[in-house]
Amino acid sequence: MSTSTGTVASAPLVFPRTRRRLAASRLVWGVCWAIVAIAVFLAIFGPLIAPHNPNYSQLQFQFVGPFKAQGYLLGFDSQGRDLLSRLVVGARTSMLGPVLVMLMSMGAGVVVAVISAWRGGWVDSAIGTVLDIMFAFPAILLAILTSAVFGAGLLAPTIALAIAYMPYIARVLRSAAVRERARDYISAAEVQGLSTAAICFKHLIPNLGGLVVAQGTLVFAWAMVDLASISFLGLGVQPPTADWGVMVSTGETGVLQGYPLESLSAGLCIVLVVVAVNLLGERMVARNDEREGR
Amino acid sequence: MVKFTARRALMLLVALVVSSFVIFISLDLAPGNPLATLSGGRTLSPAAQRVLTHEYHLDQPVMTRYWHWLTGALHGNLGTSISFREPVATLIGQRIGVTAELVLYAGILIVVFGVGLGLLAGLRRGVVDNSVIAVSTILAAIPSFVAAIVLLALFSVKLGWLPSFGDGSGFTGRIEHLTLPAIALAASAFAVVVRVTRVTVRAELAQEHVQTATSRGIPWRLIVRRHVLRNASIPITTVVGITITALFALASVVEQAFNLSGIGAALVQAALSKDFAVVQGISLVLVAAFVVANAGVDLLYAVLDPRVALGSRAQ
Repeated sequence: MSTSTGTVASAPLVFPRTRRRLAASRLVWGVCWAIVAIAVFLAIFGPLIAPHNPNYSQLQFQFVGPFKAQGYLLGFDSQGRDLLSRLVVGARTSMLGPVLVMLMSMGAGVVVAVISAWRGGWVDSAIGTVLDIMFAFPAILLAILTSAVFGAGLLAPTIALAIAYMPYIARVLRSAAVRERARDYISAAEVQGLSTAAICFKHLIPNLGGLVVAQGTLVFAWAMVDLASISFLGLGVQPPTADWGVMVSTGETGVLQGYPLESLSAGLCIVLVVVAVNLLGERMVARNDEREGR
Repeated sequence: MVKFTARRALMLLVALVVSSFVIFISLDLAPGNPLATLSGGRTLSPAAQRVLTHEYHLDQPVMTRYWHWLTGALHGNLGTSISFREPVATLIGQRIGVTAELVLYAGILIVVFGVGLGLLAGLRRGVVDNSVIAVSTILAAIPSFVAAIVLLALFSVKLGWLPSFGDGSGFTGRIEHLTLPAIALAASAFAVVVRVTRVTVRAELAQEHVQTATSRGIPWRLIVRRHVLRNASIPITTVVGITITALFALASVVEQAFNLSGIGAALVQAALSKDFAVVQGISLVLVAAFVVANAGVDLLYAVLDPRVALGSRAQ
């Protein structure tokens, strides 16, 4: 933001419309960052600040709506559990899975991309072919298959998604790494006698940093949607654990009986975080392209 | 073009072999012995064990078993489901129609509304453009199962316009039952198509040949039709193709949400009940459909834009 506001402030002619647009976009980014910050905070401290036990069920309060009972802001779910507490506690598994997917697939993607760009030649084309073949497996299908093989839970689908996303990341990062590899500072480092590993870790990968972070946010958003879908199907996080994907699914009986709040509020949490992360990620990609002069 | 087609066909074949091997080998990767996996943890009589061992050639080396499994699959023999108690191929045959119709319906929605709104936003700046972008940004982030729940809550339960579950019978019944699922399936893919269409049209409008045509006084309608749409159609076709093929896998989530009896829902139920032959069979069908459709999209791209095939020859 600092570079763009700098030029705008020093420019003599700024149309009010442009200024309004800037203010509006800054508001949008502020809201996005706030949503992400709240979600991260809940994922870490959720169980500590939840007003009630998320798994304590009082069946006599089934489907009691919001603001009806003192101290139960959003009311109760299909099994008489405090909805607000479940949403707050559910942030943890809903955020943890995507973070793991992001770390694993980005780690593998960076390594594959750098090896491919550095070695070039047959290694590069061999890796390219393997990645092409890996595209054949849709992410959600691989996650369902692994979950059937290794049993339902968070771990198996998380690893499956990390494997399924890796080719997308490796392909984007490879072309960036090839461009970076051709720069003078890399040759200078080679002439100075630095080891390949040192050049890659100290110079090449840090210079891919912007793109890595940008890709990482987008991967997080995909993983959040796909993992929640898997949990919704019953193949991921298992009830009664509070998780946003699980809550959309357990709330479906309520939806059909005319009490959609459990499903809708959990769905809204997923959508808000995904929209915020997506917007931030896309802006990072755009700014990275700008810096690269593309 | 011939060389490009041959190369793509070879890639398709390799991808099919590798992905079928992954699906096959997953049986061995499962914790515990394959017999227990195939029976889903049910206890088996020694006779049943012998039958399963024989049917799956479990007493033979891995590659031999893969060969038996693959040739069996190509002849339509995908094993027997333990929970449905019928051949997996029959099971798939009964259900694949619903899935195909659902994907087709969603595909039509994506083409008509996605491309349509994208063109509108690309050609008209201002309010129309901004509102289409805002709506598609939000839609892109709504997972299909959340869309399914929202549609159910609003149109089935609250307003009672459309049925909430089941396949329906007859043509109108089927359309009625598949409308909400198709919208849920199409929603996020629709947003992608809108955005790509809009960006492509914008990029094409900024080209010099469009400026030249404008300066020559050619009517706007003709410029749009002959200069903009014709060029923009290439990337748009590709994106539409890729997004629609991706729906095959996503259909399982939507089918489960709406209790449709397609192969996607059967896959999920089989995964839940550890009915392994069904999981393998349906995964194989879905991956094959996905891979073949993707190859088709690539070929279509090369036909529409001969530079693609030429580029591969230059390499």
